[in-house]
Amino acid sequence: MFWQTVLGIWMAAVIGASFLLVPPTQGLGELGRIVIYHVPAAWVAVLAYLMAMANSVAYLRKGDLRLDRQAQVNAELGTVFCLLATVTGAIWSKAAWGWYWNWDPRQTSIFVLLMIYGAYFVLRSAIPDTDRRARLSAVYAILAFLTVPFLVFIVPRVYATLHPDLVLIAREGRQLDMDVPMLLVFLASVAGFTGLYFWLYKVQTGLENLLHKQALKRGEEL
Amino acid sequence: MRTGRFLWLKRSSAVLQKDLRVEFRTRYAYSTLMMFAVTVLVTVSFSVGGMMLESDIAAALLWIILFFSAMAGLSRTFVQEEESGTVVALKLAADPEPVYLGKLLFNIVLLFSLAVPVVPLFLVMLNLSVAMPFSFVQVVFLGCLGLSGASTILAAIVAKAAAKGALLTVLAFPVLLPLLIGAINATRSTLAGVPAEVLRPDLSLLLFYNGVAVTASLLLFEYVWNE
Repeated sequence: MFWQTVLGIWMAAVIGASFLLVPPTQGLGELGRIVIYHVPAAWVAVLAYLMAMANSVAYLRKGDLRLDRQAQVNAELGTVFCLLATVTGAIWSKAAWGWYWNWDPRQTSIFVLLMIYGAYFVLRSAIPDTDRRARLSAVYAILAFLTVPFLVFIVPRVYATLHPDLVLIAREGRQLDMDVPMLLVFLASVAGFTGLYFWLYKVQTGLENLLHKQALKRGEEL
Repeated sequence: MRTGRFLWLKRSSAVLQKDLRVEFRTRYAYSTLMMFAVTVLVTVSFSVGGMMLESDIAAALLWIILFFSAMAGLSRTFVQEEESGTVVALKLAADPEPVYLGKLLFNIVLLFSLAVPVVPLFLVMLNLSVAMPFSFVQVVFLGCLGLSGASTILAAIVAKAAAKGALLTVLAFPVLLPLLIGAINATRSTLAGVPAEVLRPDLSLLLFYNGVAVTASLLLFEYVWNE
């Protein structure tokens, strides 16, 4: 309970600070505030997807079904945060570029991430047997993740991107081109989002393990 | 099992020969694939009518046709094993890797024998001229190789799932997207004609994609195949 309270207060403070402390950014003006939410959400999505991939590899090596449940939870959380990043990005894009969606390479790659995990959940729902589902979806998660480097390096080469690099940060050789208050709030937000992810992860895996136990018990009773 | 030189190769070609023979008896996969491709091709050609297409659009259309046709037919080789119950016998007869390689070769043969009539037909029906014919053939070759390379293991996954219909398309699209982007870009260049240096990065992308897809599939196929 203690850490949840700390997390709640922390996130509330970050939200307040993002409007009160963060100065309008150069070039983007008030729109620059999105960096406080959008970038941490994208970061957590990538973190969760990486964890899902790691869980999948570990499952194939060890065959422990708990790892499969962890992979599933990570994929779900990754998708939630990925959706948040996509939607905040699209709203920002409307304000900054005039379209919600214009297939900017960044939008393409995040959309493909959503497609991959959409397909991952479809595959899971199409296989009733638990072991088979775990194995096949792990293989798919690994295969699909291998295409991400292609997208990250290839797509921007074909089409130019307008996305401001996280690199508000490294522009023209100057490292960390953010104002100090902005940088502090940004890092606090990253920490808050990461904490939020770990808390959600703990709750969800706990829930999935309980559901699994309950299913086993039912099976014994029958 | 026996060891020896080229044993994988011999076993894979045995699997390939078996699949070709089964396919030759019914011609189910090939005729489905072919009719599907022709249907899509005619739909495209009919709907653009007499318009002269830019090479950008024509390249995209060609790969849309090839992608959906491939998805319609490539899962057949594994689904047929599951349906006829021969999958157990095949598991007993060979290691996973030769099975994968054999099926991969079969899918490559299938897709090439589809592309050989469909691609020229596409060029004829849409009245396109190819500025760099040799490179164009190269791109189509590498693209088809990649389509079968990445979808063969997905076909094995789909064969074990409950809903087989549209699942392969859904699973394959995100995995194949880098390949499709590269292939479309390269096809556009060869249709319009560009200096060879401009084309080279796209060709190496296709080549690398093939390498990664086949290597990863070889490593992972065992987990899909064995239960």
